[in-house]
Amino acid sequence: MRRKQTSLMLAASLASLLSIGSVHFAAAADGAKKDMTGEELAFDKSKGNCLACHAMPNVPGAEAPGNIAPPLVDMKARFPDKAKLRERIWDEMKFNPNTSMPPFGLHKILTEQEIDKVTDFIYGI
Amino acid sequence: MKKILMAFVSAGVLVGAVSAHATPEQDREHAIQYFKNKFPNLKWGDYTKGALAFNKDAWDQYESIMSFPPFESQIEQSKKMWETPFKNGKTYASCFPNGGKNVAGNYPYFDDKLGKLVTFEMALNQCREKNGEQPYSYSDMKTMGLLTAYARSLSDGMLMNVEVVGPGATAAYEAGKEMFFSRRGQLNFSCGTCHYDNAGNRVRSELLSPLIGQATHWPAFRAGENVSTLQNRYKGCNQNVRAQPFKEGSDEYNNLEYFESYMSNGLPMEAAVFRK
Ligand code: HEC
Ligand code: HEC
Repeated sequence: MRRKQTSLMLAASLASLLSIGSVHFAAAADGAKKDMTGEELAFDKSKGNCLACHAMPNVPGAEAPGNIAPPLVDMKARFPDKAKLRERIWDEMKFNPNTSMPPFGLHKILTEQEIDKVTDFIYGI
Repeated sequence: MKKILMAFVSAGVLVGAVSAHATPEQDREHAIQYFKNKFPNLKWGDYTKGALAFNKDAWDQYESIMSFPPFESQIEQSKKMWETPFKNGKTYASCFPNGGKNVAGNYPYFDDKLGKLVTFEMALNQCREKNGEQPYSYSDMKTMGLLTAYARSLSDGMLMNVEVVGPGATAAYEAGKEMFFSRRGQLNFSCGTCHYDNAGNRVRSELLSPLIGQATHWPAFRAGENVSTLQNRYKGCNQNVRAQPFKEGSDEYNNLEYFESYMSNGLPMEAAVFRK
């Protein structure tokens, strides 16, 4: 181990490093939630967790997004056909076999009903 | 194999004529070139810093933490473990050339007689058994994990120097590479999804470290206090993305460590470090 001769033990900086949230896609421990809205499903780390990769610049509260994927904006203009948008969420690998995006429908990460809700939400942003 | 090839192709690494049977050295050179293009400002030695290399503030904080590490007393304990003689009077140092200095970078290696990979942790256990002691569990961070902190620091500054020679070694390397680039689990991520294709990007607010350099600096003290070996870290990543983790010391993780270590060849080792 390398040691440098600096005198300060910066507890504060340690704390601030630690405070950065860690990445969890882990399953929810707090049991079955009430009926979640499309937005809640999209945000929830154990559900859509879309913010892990996508920013949503038009959505207040869509904080600390990742930058793996293009921002989700103007969806209606880019996907006039909502069914096409749903297909991307259901299995993006159909469109790009090398994508980083999990196949939410194909792998049953979200139920069909949940995907409908997320699609409705995304369609409106 | 096809999947692997695709991963490299998708990452723009395999340009032109390189076959699916690239040698480990060709793989390594491709990876270096790929990351060089992606991160023209990274210096070679920066790769040992992982994700810290992409965030100056985090790196500065790291430096100040490392100047007076909160896990200092655990390193002392680790040193004591290393130096305390076995019941027969021998020590760990007696099992290694050079008293254990500048050796860890040669691991894992493929032992043709045993017909399997030997990680540095396995060599520590071989030493224990040879001297009449019970082996430690690879999953026990309080014993095996802690012991590696001082044991590996004896190789600080050594350049990672893993070899892949012969059919057994090659098969283990290929299996590790396959594992790294294979999608697994419900969320369908491979290690490469995050640490190859998306290295330098953020998942939420978390920057992703590149494959190269991931094997150089273990164990790490997570949150400044919880000692964690490289394979213990693999488990964490698997769990975070809902893939079934393997055990520390399993063939799967040994192969993965072999591949990752080879990809870190030529980088200076540094144990034990702070990580979030
Ligand atoms: C781990 C990363 C990741 C997660 C999580 C993720 N995506 Fe994506 N997504 C991507 C990437 C990368 C693309 C870019 C296209 C590609 O790779 O094929 C993409 C593309 C898309 C597209 C189509 C492309 C476009 O032009 O906008 C939509 C729609 C989309 N994502 C919606 C979602 C929704 C909704 C969620 C959450 C339920 C989600 N994504 C979660 C990585 C992700
Ligand atoms: C969805 C993203 C994701 C996947 C998939 C993933 N990891 Fe990670 N990994 C992370 C994040 C985030 C960190 C913490 C930041 C960093 O150091 O990269 C991390 C950290 C690590 C580290 C520690 C780096 C360091 O210097 O402290 C290693 C080693 C590692 N991962 C290896 C793997 C391996 C091997 C796999 C596959 C078995 C894997 N990861 C899969 C996200 C992922």
